[in-house]
Amino acid sequence: MSEQYRNNFLREVEANVEEGEWVKRCMQCGVCSGSCPLGPHWEHPPQELFMMIRAGKRDEVLKSSSMWMCTSCYNCIARCPRELPITHIMHGLAHYAERLGLAPKNQQTNKFAQRFWNNLSKTGRVNELKLTLSFYFMNGFMAGVKMSLNMQKVGLGMLLSKRLNPFEILGGHGCKDSKGLQAILKKAREIEDAKIAKFQG
Amino acid sequence: MTDVVATNQTILVVGGGISGMTAALEAAECGKDVILIEKKPSLGGRVAQLYKYFPKMCHPTCGMEINLRRIKANQKIRILTMAEVTEITGDSGNYSVNLTISPRYVTENCTSCAACGDAVETEFDDEHNYGLKKRKGAYLPFLMAYPQQYVIDPRLIGTADADKAKSVCKYDAINLEMQEETLTLNVGAIIWATGWKPFDANKIQAYGYDRIPNVITSVELERMMDPTGPTGGKILRPSDGKEAKDIAFIQCAGSRDRNYLKHCSRICCTATLKHTTYVREQYGDEGKSTIYYIDIRAIDRFEDLYHKTKADKTVSFLKSKVANITQDKTTANPILHGVNTEGYQRYTNAHELVVLAIGMEPSVDFKQLGVNLSINEHGFIENDPSNGGMFGAGVATDALDVNRAVQSATASALRAIQVVNQVATAEG
Ligand SMILES: Cc1cc2nc3c(=O)[nH]c(=O)nc-3n(C[C@H](O)[C@H](O)[C@H](O)COP(=O)(O)OP(=O)(O)OC[C@H]3O[C@@H](n4cnc5c(N)ncnc54)[C@H](O)[C@@H]3O)c2cc1C
Ligand code: SF4
Ligand code: SF4
Ligand code: SF4
Ligand code: SF4
Repeated sequence: MSEQYRNNFLREVEANVEEGEWVKRCMQCGVCSGSCPLGPHWEHPPQELFMMIRAGKRDEVLKSSSMWMCTSCYNCIARCPRELPITHIMHGLAHYAERLGLAPKNQQTNKFAQRFWNNLSKTGRVNELKLTLSFYFMNGFMAGVKMSLNMQKVGLGMLLSKRLNPFEILGGHGCKDSKGLQAILKKAREIEDAKIAKFQG
Repeated sequence: MTDVVATNQTILVVGGGISGMTAALEAAECGKDVILIEKKPSLGGRVAQLYKYFPKMCHPTCGMEINLRRIKANQKIRILTMAEVTEITGDSGNYSVNLTISPRYVTENCTSCAACGDAVETEFDDEHNYGLKKRKGAYLPFLMAYPQQYVIDPRLIGTADADKAKSVCKYDAINLEMQEETLTLNVGAIIWATGWKPFDANKIQAYGYDRIPNVITSVELERMMDPTGPTGGKILRPSDGKEAKDIAFIQCAGSRDRNYLKHCSRICCTATLKHTTYVREQYGDEGKSTIYYIDIRAIDRFEDLYHKTKADKTVSFLKSKVANITQDKTTANPILHGVNTEGYQRYTNAHELVVLAIGMEPSVDFKQLGVNLSINEHGFIENDPSNGGMFGAGVATDALDVNRAVQSATASALRAIQVVNQVATAEG
């Protein structure tokens, strides 16, 4: 069963990846890849990823760091002659790969995204202070100290303009019913996992 | 006053390009009364603005001359230039059509001696050359124009130049008092052969047509090649007037793109293949053409031209829709950025000149004109029974080459003939 579906990676992407149903409309013109500011720095530009999806290159696509590098600049969407929501597909692919545990572990965007999610899903509100600190120190203690020193001025500015509350370190604010939120997230996860399971036999 | 005799057995043809001329001739040569109206001062349409046309690479003047000879020999065709339809009422077999005729200020006495053109000093953008050069305020639209009758630009009226033109005319052919006329015709069937216009290249922001001088359009290249055209038949860079030998062609400029025209304009691939023969004609082995494309759509028998072009060593094909164009400040060379989809390499390629293979869109917005025609999502006429006695011909119905436009015009003439024949039978 599972092998049959794996051969049909395009169908899996259509079913499970956000905006994945658009992939088959790509006509391989190359404008997105040519327009992407990351250009030479990533392994697979969008159009190439779309071709790989159609060619059933499941592992190569999902283990790739490429979609994690998308900066959401929207250059590609603005120019795509077929109006593919390329940026969203990139993020959808990244998210799906992470769900499956295939995403590259040491990719910086992935690391930050995971921290952001952990921070947000706990109380339903982002704790700016904790998030910032965990971001600064995510690559080790020394790197964190260096980064904090570099960012001192910005941090001070944010404090003064009340964009950063120092008391958030004590726990911070949350949404009204964070238990309810947890339940919603749990249910959503169940639904998504069931969808994933379909393609894993 | 223009007097025109028309009855409900008359066929009206709107648009005097190759399609309109063909439809009018086919119907008239079958003995039908035809009125052919053209909004410009001359017949000819867009084909008259081409240098050569595929597949045989003959000069359009040749085909034009044959058609004009047929028109002159036929008593059944009445031609009105500078005329436009403003309103249509009625039904198949009995339409009432309102026209306005703009003043030409020059009468049939004109011998096109050119004296008025020489005398006048004021100049305007030359429409026939897409504004690449200027023309005088008293002018003949182009060499082969029909009727061979000068025109005074309305912007000249009331100026000293207009009086000057009148005073030098030895044939009493200039009448500065001419006014716009309105006319109502009764006709049985109507053929719409209003053709196309090039898509506005300024809208394709990433290609910089509005800010990079050495980015031009395919229709402009056609004009440059004309020995009587704006550059005397040479391919010159607008930035410095130097010959461009290394030329990039960008396909689907404005076509096949949901941001612009959704449809494939169908002739621009073949037109570009033709343009590489222009480059060869100018420079032999010294020239260089590079075609950036999504896929080459040289339909059916034009495939042959594609294979011939592929065999030409001066032409290369790069499978890529160009992402954007910038300009090298020192050389004024346009620089093309993108990804070669055969191998996924990124490129930044400088060329001396870029030609955009511009898309074709319908020249008339029929919805705005308020005529009751079935129009598809791209703005072209669908030949549909609900159109009654009105038929589309040529590029008004779809992006077509000349050969197909002529076939479509002949078909529409036959349909129109059937309508007026029915009227004749009914009236016994
Ligand atoms: C770059 C380029 C190169 C091309 N090269 C070739 C080639 O080599 N070979 C080939 O076969 N084809 C070629 N084509 C296609 C060719 O130009 C068309 O097939 C041809 O022009 C169709 O003629 P038409 O009479 O249908 O339309 P048009 O030529 O557009 O004529 C329409 C006429 O109707 C008139 N008109 C418009 N609106 C009104 C109105 N409201 N009232 C009255 N009159 C009106 C216009 O003024 C015009 O005279 C080329 C096209 C492009 C863009
Ligand atoms: S721009 Fe759109 S159609 Fe072109 S390759 Fe990218 S996704 Fe596909
Ligand atoms: S939105 Fe992402 S994929 Fe698209 S051009 Fe920007 S960085 Fe590249
Ligand atoms: S209007 Fe008179 S002067 Fe001008 S070209 Fe005609 S005949 Fe000659
Ligand atoms: S004919 Fe060729 S250049 Fe023109 S729109 Fe179609 S594919 Fe593009």
